[in-house]
Amino acid sequence: MTQVDQLYQEIILDHYKHPHGRGLREPYAAEAHHVNPTCGDEVTIRVDLADGVLRDVSYDGMGCSISQASASVLHELLTGRGTGEISAVHSAFVELMSGRGQVTPDEELLGDAVAFAGVARYPARVKCALLPWMAFKDAAARAGVAIEANSGTERSEVTTA
Amino acid sequence: MTAIAIPSGMPQYEDVPRYDVAAVRADFPMLEREVNGHPMVYLDSANTSQKPRQVLDVLREHYERHNGNVSRSVHTVGTEATEAYERARAKVAAFINAPSPDEVVFTKNSTEAINLVAYAFLAASVTTGASRGSGPEERFRIGPGDEIVISEMEHHSNIVPWQLLCERTGATLRWFGITEGGRLDESNLEELVNERTKLVSLVHMSNILGTVNATARITERVRQVGALLMLDCSQSVPHLPVDVVDLDADFIAFTGHKMCGPTGIGVLWGRGELLAAMPPFLGGGSMIETVAMTGSTYAPPPARFEAGTPPIAEAVALGAAVDYLSGIGMRAIQWHEKELTAYALDALETVPGLRIFGPRVPVGRGGTISFALDGVHPHDVGQILDAQGVEVRVGHHCARPVCVRFGVPATTRASFYLYTTTSEIDALVRGLEQVRKVFG
Repeated sequence: MTQVDQLYQEIILDHYKHPHGRGLREPYAAEAHHVNPTCGDEVTIRVDLADGVLRDVSYDGMGCSISQASASVLHELLTGRGTGEISAVHSAFVELMSGRGQVTPDEELLGDAVAFAGVARYPARVKCALLPWMAFKDAAARAGVAIEANSGTERSEVTTA
Repeated sequence: MTAIAIPSGMPQYEDVPRYDVAAVRADFPMLEREVNGHPMVYLDSANTSQKPRQVLDVLREHYERHNGNVSRSVHTVGTEATEAYERARAKVAAFINAPSPDEVVFTKNSTEAINLVAYAFLAASVTTGASRGSGPEERFRIGPGDEIVISEMEHHSNIVPWQLLCERTGATLRWFGITEGGRLDESNLEELVNERTKLVSLVHMSNILGTVNATARITERVRQVGALLMLDCSQSVPHLPVDVVDLDADFIAFTGHKMCGPTGIGVLWGRGELLAAMPPFLGGGSMIETVAMTGSTYAPPPARFEAGTPPIAEAVALGAAVDYLSGIGMRAIQWHEKELTAYALDALETVPGLRIFGPRVPVGRGGTISFALDGVHPHDVGQILDAQGVEVRVGHHCARPVCVRFGVPATTRASFYLYTTTSEIDALVRGLEQVRKVFG
């Protein structure tokens, strides 16, 4: 596979063309809207969090295949999970994206998100992949849940909704 | 085949100035490189141009043979550097037909040139004490009730400085719209530019739509109401003959790196009497007449606006870029790009699902073409093209209001220059086929 083929893995194109769980839904505990100022990509994420479980994460946005597929994968990976697991998946994804292609992803933990390993080799595109994940972290914080990074490089601040 | 005879008295085919594009390409070392295993097809000159060896040689020679600081040394190399720096100023002045080299202020880029004028307005507007109401800078004083006019077509660098100025002085910012065809909407010119208008600052050639704005009507109205006219010529000076006397503007801004020169050097041209009336911008060395602890007096322009050690080598190399472009001829470059643009507009029309933003005829526009490919985000377009060695820009091109106007978050932009060939446009079209295959 060429590098650009790795970037556009079938999995990513599939999530882009057939997004899972797209659309903003009620009820939700908090919402965050993030923009990538260099390219204008946007995503809005809503979290429905109760009793330590993410009952739903809904989203809408516009942008490139990487950012929009990433939101779809996020929805699929995190919905129905407890906050502890969410933190683990979140930090594994951030670590993968910050790894410049040197990190071997944990398929067990990351599921379809392993397809993004190729994106990490394109520094200009890492921000696209992270956009929904950063918006999610922000929305969770607004709902009173801190998504902690294992590595300690990503610190989140807790704010109340 | 019999050639169709053009009636005598009309411009003949041979009258069009031409040059050898292959010979020009050989001057640009960057054009020899490969990208991702393909010969590089550089279609991003509106972003920054490539540099010919003639400019790179001058840059190197300056540092190797003539390096000294300017305007403050009695020694030989300092004198050589000063002479080279001032010679570059004279070359730039001649290039835009400025009446005097003293009307050319070196800045670091167009953005700084525009900000310089905006800060002159701000400084004049906050002046207190004895000089208030009497100084020559009165022309630049603005406040509540006054208006500044820009357009929706501007680069962010010709929007944000005026937004800041208006926020800080209470003046009102107004703007021309854009027509569906990508031209400046002048339908409300009389109302928009009125007796309250202090300054109209417009882009000469749009960096996203490629539109070259015809300014004559606007200039006439600006003169009628006694306002000032600034033109952002960042995209026009590199690509077509610009004559400040003919344009009848008060200020123009442009940048070196888009016209075969280095980064870090830009130009503000202003009418002599206006520059002379403007308060200083940055304070420091070289811009003073005399300094005492109780206060200072300032040098006349252009030194007044060039505080600190300027980008000397960059200015000298910009002079070399001007020589290079003049050697080929700006008319010839303009014509070459016009032919490329006509070719590219036709070629892009053949790509299914492609929508062009901006004028779709090669008249009143330059060789910068923005487009959308149905269902594929520009970032993805740019990435697939890059994999084939085709370098285009994607995003909002620092002109987000234009994207908003046309209802898209971003566009893909191909931009041409004197070294661009039709076979590179063919490579772009082939690349777009590949994009459609991946995302089809």
